[in-house]
Amino acid sequence: MKDFEYVRATTVSDALAQHERETTAYLAGGTNLVDHLRLGIRRPDRIVDISRLDLGGIEETPDGGLRVGANVRNADLAMSPLVRQRFPFVSQALLAGASGQIRAMASTGGNLLQRTRCVYFQDRSTPCNKREPGSGCSAIDGFGKYNALIGQSDQCVAVHPSDLCLPFAALDAVVHVTGRSGDRAIPFAEFHRLPGDDPSRDTNLEPGELIVAIEIPPLPWATRSRYRKVRDRASYAFALVSVAAALDIADGHVQDLRLALGGVSHKPYRAYLAEEQLRGRPATAEVFEVAIDAELAAAHPGGENAYKLPMLRRTVVAVLQELAEGAVR
Amino acid sequence: MPSAQQVSVRLIVDGQEHHVELDPRVSVMDAIRDRLGITTVKKGCDHGQCGACTVLVDGRRIISCLTLAASYDGAQVTTAAGLGSTDQLSDIQAAFVDRDALQCGYCTPGQICSAAGMFAEAEAGMPSHVTADVSDLQKVRLTPEEISERMSGNLCRCGAYAHIREALTDVAQERGQA
Repeated sequence: MKDFEYVRATTVSDALAQHERETTAYLAGGTNLVDHLRLGIRRPDRIVDISRLDLGGIEETPDGGLRVGANVRNADLAMSPLVRQRFPFVSQALLAGASGQIRAMASTGGNLLQRTRCVYFQDRSTPCNKREPGSGCSAIDGFGKYNALIGQSDQCVAVHPSDLCLPFAALDAVVHVTGRSGDRAIPFAEFHRLPGDDPSRDTNLEPGELIVAIEIPPLPWATRSRYRKVRDRASYAFALVSVAAALDIADGHVQDLRLALGGVSHKPYRAYLAEEQLRGRPATAEVFEVAIDAELAAAHPGGENAYKLPMLRRTVVAVLQELAEGAVR
Repeated sequence: MPSAQQVSVRLIVDGQEHHVELDPRVSVMDAIRDRLGITTVKKGCDHGQCGACTVLVDGRRIISCLTLAASYDGAQVTTAAGLGSTDQLSDIQAAFVDRDALQCGYCTPGQICSAAGMFAEAEAGMPSHVTADVSDLQKVRLTPEEISERMSGNLCRCGAYAHIREALTDVAQERGQA
């Protein structure tokens, strides 16, 4: 591990002041950062510890949404009665991720900033444009099982690893950040980036900007929501594909829905096209299949990851059917 | 190469207070084992993937290798040795002995700490990935399936999981959490 200076921030403004150069890193839960320090993937010369800043709390907003402090730990968010009853798929996504120990450490803000688990990104002995811009991509012609299907570029085919980000994407969450030029609110769809010609940038955060909270707008029918993850083993593994869905149904017809897909793209992928096609339509497996096929028409599988297409299709249809049947019962 | 910076860190390990000056790169795992000489904590993969280094901090189970000790200044750390002694085993430790749930010894302290964390989480009402309905706020029952999922952060090649699950099912029954 490369040497660095350790400082503990006492306030948010102190944290921003201490983050004075691009080679500084913020430390919250540390579950991803400390591993990257050890692997030499990240080599900051200063670490600003923000884990003791007063960025906790899960609060109801006046309109029925929730505001989640950036330092709220994954375990606490998953256990919150407000989350479990209003947005069950947020809790399910958290509980599908990592292990009990890691969920007790990891923070909500850090979850948004976790980096890809692409094997080449994590292996410093191989070229990777995300880790070392301009060095090349080993995954395009390499071990391709986990590669992205949609929105990848000739520079990067890595997928975003987060479970939690999928319900956040589906819910149109808002990321509240603060920086030296002030506060701003970033819609979730604009928070993460596609790789394009600069895959080294995962998000649209400016250098030194700090996440302070994530706000979930109200969505009363998200009480009927589900997160399902398909992985190589039953637990403690990243997704091959995953689905976050919330369904509003009446008289057997889709009134509205939210659908986000994981293991698919460089960012949490929101299936807007399928959503649009399904509004007002009968809630049947055949209709769901047509809609997800339309969405996945944009996919460009690279060979070894082609299995993800039927896997995603079936997982989406199964989740939507379960939600529809749950409504009838 | 040693760091130019040394950080003063206070750790309370199994009830005993320690003060150490540390390189900021040192993990809680390495501080306890190498600097304090407390060998209950075992280093497995050092990348957060195996759970062998699990300890309880302020009552919650964490992976002590994925930490910077500097960030844990003042923490109350409990290792497997702090949960019981050879004269007076905790119920979890006794169940491990009764059910022959011991692995090679290297993973066992982490399994014991993880189990202690698991029971506390269940007592607090934490659902899991295999809980049928997370929106149901009723107290969770620690079935064998729940125990397997909740212990899945502790990985080992010994294949002794079946006995660990039996031991923890015994504890869950004795504590009225099954």
